Amino acid sequence: MADRPIRALVAKVGLDGHDRGAKVIARALRDAGMEVIYTGLRQTPEQVVEAALQEDVQVVGLSSLSGAHMQLFPPVVELLRAKGGYDILVIGGGVIPEEDIPYLKEAGITEIFGPGTPTTRIVEYIREHVS
Amino acid sequence: MFDRDYVQQLEQKQAEWEQRVAKEIEKRPERKKEFTTDSGIGIERAYTPVNIGAKDYERDLGFPGEYPFTRGVQSTMYRGRLWTMRQYAGFGTAEETNQRFKYLLEQGQTGLSVAFDLPTQIGYDSDHPLARGEVGRVGVAINSLEDMEILFDGIPLDRVSTSMTINAPAAVLLAMYIAVAEKQGVPADKLDGTIQNDILKEYVARGTYIFPPRTSMRLVTDIFAYCAKNVPKWNTISISGYHIREAGSTAAQEIAFTLADGIAYVEAAREAGLEVDEFAPRLSFFFNAHVNFFEEVAKFRAARRLWARIMKERFGAKNPRSQMLRFHTQTAGCSLTAQQPEVNIMRVAFQALSAVLGGTQSLHTNSFDEALALPSENAVRIALRTQQVIGYEIGVTDTVDPLGGSYFIEALTDALETEAQEYLERIDATGGAVKSIELGFMQQEIQESAYRYQKAIESGEKMVIGVNKFQMQEDTRPALLRLDPAIAERQVERLARLREKRDAGRVAAVLQRLREAAVGTDPLMPVILEAVRAYATLGEICGVLREVFGEYKAEQVV
Repeated sequence: MADRPIRALVAKVGLDGHDRGAKVIARALRDAGMEVIYTGLRQTPEQVVEAALQEDVQVVGLSSLSGAHMQLFPPVVELLRAKGGYDILVIGGGVIPEEDIPYLKEAGITEIFGPGTPTTRIVEYIREHVS
Repeated sequence: MFDRDYVQQLEQKQAEWEQRVAKEIEKRPERKKEFTTDSGIGIERAYTPVNIGAKDYERDLGFPGEYPFTRGVQSTMYRGRLWTMRQYAGFGTAEETNQRFKYLLEQGQTGLSVAFDLPTQIGYDSDHPLARGEVGRVGVAINSLEDMEILFDGIPLDRVSTSMTINAPAAVLLAMYIAVAEKQGVPADKLDGTIQNDILKEYVARGTYIFPPRTSMRLVTDIFAYCAKNVPKWNTISISGYHIREAGSTAAQEIAFTLADGIAYVEAAREAGLEVDEFAPRLSFFFNAHVNFFEEVAKFRAARRLWARIMKERFGAKNPRSQMLRFHTQTAGCSLTAQQPEVNIMRVAFQALSAVLGGTQSLHTNSFDEALALPSENAVRIALRTQQVIGYEIGVTDTVDPLGGSYFIEALTDALETEAQEYLERIDATGGAVKSIELGFMQQEIQESAYRYQKAIESGEKMVIGVNKFQMQEDTRPALLRLDPAIAERQVERLARLREKRDAGRVAAVLQRLREAAVGTDPLMPVILEAVRAYATLGEICGVLREVFGEYKAEQVV
């Protein structure tokens, strides 16, 4: 297999400082053979998109536990598409009520992984959906 | 605690017993090859006087309310008065939170605990571009004294104690609280409460820092000095292991990193010219009550003993109040599951019980729906009732430290103390807590533990009911609290009106004085108090300090 490894950006959007989950997922993706960049805290959607394009990633994982996901996740997809990142997969996680999920999916966040999701499921999902 | 000859005889008999048991196990193996606590401390089949034979009752346990306070900081503990039942609450604007506070007080809660939204915690007003999506989310938005007046409307501040989870801008929110009290006619020396004000753990685990560590320490000690003179009943800091544990640390790391931060504050205050017994009685702590029941009970006891020894032996504190580790506890947010959320009610009850058996001074019990959203009123009521059942129904409050003397609990208390002590020595050798944080040592250790814990869940080695064991298809979901999306707009409008109507000249002048004090070495609290009285906003005050002190940027290592 001479395939180049999947490149992933794990991003904390908004002001929320809970990054245990984001860091655990970054580690799990790396252990699964992906190249992972973690943005650190307090990123705006604009900063996330810039990092995603600059680092040439195939998947962006967004994390928010503060309830700001409805305002902060959709602009990431919008800006990515506007700047030419058409094929970049965008997924999300955190404390996200089930009734918010249809809206987020509509906005182009293709999957939401809530608390209790095994990291292996996220790895499989990314492998299946990255083009 | 036992005669040496007796322990020796017993050791012999115990070895024989183990041999008899080994034969039985060949036929009927135990459930696991090795038993450990969640933090990886080995657990023996049974504990006997052999495990604690070397302990000296007076030296290592002592009587309740006496050094080294292993059994509790008060002599009568809950026979005298129960812990303060204090539910952390705040969302939306000051009006909504004021209503929730009044509801909780009517339900028998005995103290208030304010949750601020993230922009407030990071020193931004609600109209700042970075506040997008976050206004009123995880707490209440407070921009100015005007919001604070609404928050405490109808709540007499001389009759309630208030805890505020605020760190980087703690001085500003404390100043607002003092100013509201003034308007109610309550002098500052009558105020009772706590500000978290623990900036070090923000860099380690919680993330709501603003300024770099060393300038932040100036603000912390500035508050110590101001309160020692003017707000003597106020707990000037709540040194927090809670978030360190939530970020994934083990129990021993929680004790060690928290006490290491505590040591750094004591040293900083002494360098600022304060005497240890002048400020140390007002230091308070905040711990997590996690899922491994006995380990948690032992953790609280070990932390108390270790801190008492540090204060007495290392810092020469003479006042017993300086040696007492008084603490608030919150049940473990990270243990709550989104799956079968009602089961969280049980988890919270066991965690709360461990805090009570560990001798907590105040307690927050989490609501069962918090892995899904902000807690609903119904879920908060059940959480509070859980404390009331423990306090009033089941009899665990009738004697002090009921688990004291248990062979297992005492052995576990020792094991945790020893492991924490080893970490403290490593941190000292590195140059202390501030240096360790700058080098990322604590952060790295916590991340390792967090990853190990996750792996243990995924391999099934660690069971979480409803998540990796006894799962089921779920169709019904509890009714969740939904925030009105217009909250942010309303808050921004109120802020705009405030900027119109206040005396702009007075605000500009006081902000200039603040800048001068920050550049120099003058105390900051008195100027900040003047600024909030003039209705300068939190964002404006922190903005001036940002310009002078700069902002912290975290190194990212994963």
